[in-house]
Amino acid sequence: MDFNKIDLDNLKEESLDSVSGLERRNFLKMGLMITGLFAGGKILSVVSKVDEVFASTVNFAEQYPYKPHYSMVIREGLCIDCQRCMVACHKTNNVPEYGWRTKILEKITPDAIGRKRGFMPILCNQCNNPPCVRACPTRASYKDQRNGIVRIDSKKCIGCKACMLACPYDARYFNEEKHAVDKCDFCYESRLSKGKKLTACAAVCPTGARIFGDISDPNNVVYKMVHQIEREVWVLRPAVGTKPNVFYMKATNPSPWALRRQPDVR
Amino acid sequence: MARISDERAARWGYTGVAALRNSKKQLAFMVILVMIALWGYAVGMHGKIVGYRDVYSVTREIPWGMLIAGYIFCVVTSTGLCLVSCVGHVFGYEPYMPIAKRSVFLAIVFMLCGFSIIFFDIENPFRMAIWNVISPNFASNMWWMGTLYGLYLVALCVEYYFLLEQNHSFSRAAGFMGVLFGVAAHSNLGGIFGMLYGRQEWYGPYMPIYFIVSAMMSGGAAIIFFTCLARLINPEILDQKQERAINAVRQLTIMLICVIIFFTIWKVLCGIVVPEKYIAIHAFLIGKYAPLFWIGEVLLGFLIPLVFLTISKGVNYKLMFWGSGLMVIGIFFMRYNLVLEGEVVPGFAGLHVMEYPDLLNYAPSFHEVAIVLAGVSMTIFGFMFGEKVFNGHQFQKHEVVPAGAFICPGCGGIHYLKEGETHDEAERRHHKLSFRAPK
Ligand code: SF4
Ligand code: SF4
Repeated sequence: MDFNKIDLDNLKEESLDSVSGLERRNFLKMGLMITGLFAGGKILSVVSKVDEVFASTVNFAEQYPYKPHYSMVIREGLCIDCQRCMVACHKTNNVPEYGWRTKILEKITPDAIGRKRGFMPILCNQCNNPPCVRACPTRASYKDQRNGIVRIDSKKCIGCKACMLACPYDARYFNEEKHAVDKCDFCYESRLSKGKKLTACAAVCPTGARIFGDISDPNNVVYKMVHQIEREVWVLRPAVGTKPNVFYMKATNPSPWALRRQPDVR
Repeated sequence: MARISDERAARWGYTGVAALRNSKKQLAFMVILVMIALWGYAVGMHGKIVGYRDVYSVTREIPWGMLIAGYIFCVVTSTGLCLVSCVGHVFGYEPYMPIAKRSVFLAIVFMLCGFSIIFFDIENPFRMAIWNVISPNFASNMWWMGTLYGLYLVALCVEYYFLLEQNHSFSRAAGFMGVLFGVAAHSNLGGIFGMLYGRQEWYGPYMPIYFIVSAMMSGGAAIIFFTCLARLINPEILDQKQERAINAVRQLTIMLICVIIFFTIWKVLCGIVVPEKYIAIHAFLIGKYAPLFWIGEVLLGFLIPLVFLTISKGVNYKLMFWGSGLMVIGIFFMRYNLVLEGEVVPGFAGLHVMEYPDLLNYAPSFHEVAIVLAGVSMTIFGFMFGEKVFNGHQFQKHEVVPAGAFICPGCGGIHYLKEGETHDEAERRHHKLSFRAPK
């Protein structure tokens, strides 16, 4: 199935309620986008997003460093906290009960109008400028040059936990069974390297909150979702300069079935 | 054990292991120290076997805890001992020369005890020996720190050997390498924190700079403390030269305390204005970690030593003993706070999600405390052992000055006179001081 245009217009805009359409268009004209999260009715910051949002520093003429360049788009608001992704992740990747590779955060905004609870999946961002990789003394943590996934060579891990300290996203934990630090590898070892096209979490998500794909491929759904200006896209903690490959955007209406299940890649 | 010839023993000031038995009380104390250490290490081994996750209080959010603080404490003090003592016997400033032997010996002891603590923090220390060598990451401060500290320890040992041999040229060269490796290693330890761009509380050049300056402060405190302690063990060892040296170190330490107070004030002031840093600073100023800061760091680490060292005037050893002793404890709190302050605020604190509180809890577990205690006991044991076996680190017994030689007023060692040379010239020749003495 080919997605030429994602039906973004059908999805109701809800994150920028406090900013009028006109204002928003003006921002966009100036090359600015509104970034930050809807936090208790406050927009956190307004900055140029070009460098922050796109994993490559080049604007739309992207030159992604890896081919494929795996990425994920989290469509916040679609997540219903069913935690099937977490269950699937634990099973697929033998994650022990004391650890996690992905997690759903819950945020309650009591003074918000309308919906007050929100869920936000987090996982390793497979950063393009990963502090964890720089910190690792033995190159046990490394950026896979074939696909941009930040992976761990367990046998080299000395367990100094410098990488856990370095990661701004709390994505790492020490796995006693492996005697090494462990984290999300976009299911590279368990699925992608075996020919599967989706991560376990994206494959089980019933609402399409997690969209997985290759951001360097203009025909890929992830590419299309990120390379548009109609709907804001952000990354977590852009200020620390890690250049994440997990993008976030808002959506509350259930997405079209096709998009929801990513049937082309399943 | 290789036998040390009498002549060499005399040169080294080596009095043999039998000297340990001189005082029953002290021997008993040393046995107790070794027992505490063995117990602590045994507790650590237990942790290693059952898995650290169950017995340490570190978590995925706070992966570095008291053990790292203990390690930093030890290696900071070691670097400081090396830096302060090198002022004398490497860079030739005479008043500092007499402290060299004890300081270098203690620097080695502190280093080894630091390694013994971190052995129980690193999950796979044996893998480290292999992969650090065959798969190095030159961009990693951690790698540089480990490697440079290894070299530093080697340089210290060589330096100490030549100090014993009274070969000042070689000990000086090795000492210089020790300073280089020490500063590089130690600033890399600071760099581990300072280069974490995901951690606002640490990020920036402050950390490596602070580490080096505070190392010198720790070194000064340790020299004063252990010299006062040495005087308790063997009151005879403190001659005029040593007294002068301690006074010089005292003055330097007072200045360094002031510098570190200044650093700390600016760290706090800068932290207050940044929202991300503010949560941590607040916790340490008036929040739940405040006692660690005010009592541990400020009172024990800065104020009491500042007052005691100042009013001791370099002659009241009791005051200096207490001042420097409390300061050493305070310095441990400084390291502990430094490790904690960057970790207590989770990265997602700003999101105000349910899963992450604004402030995390950490208090060391029984295992962590036991291992640090073991390291500290080993350090004190090592110190006492050195005092006894090397006769208070004096250069030589005074009775055995050979003909044609004299006791150097700078380092306390035996120097031989060349023909027609004055003592002064001989001293300068030995210590490679090129400038001439004022007539
Ligand atoms: S999210 Fe954390 S673990 Fe993942 S690549 Fe970035 S810094 Fe490394
Ligand atoms: S814990 Fe392992 S993966 Fe992490 S920095 Fe240390 S050696 Fe590298």
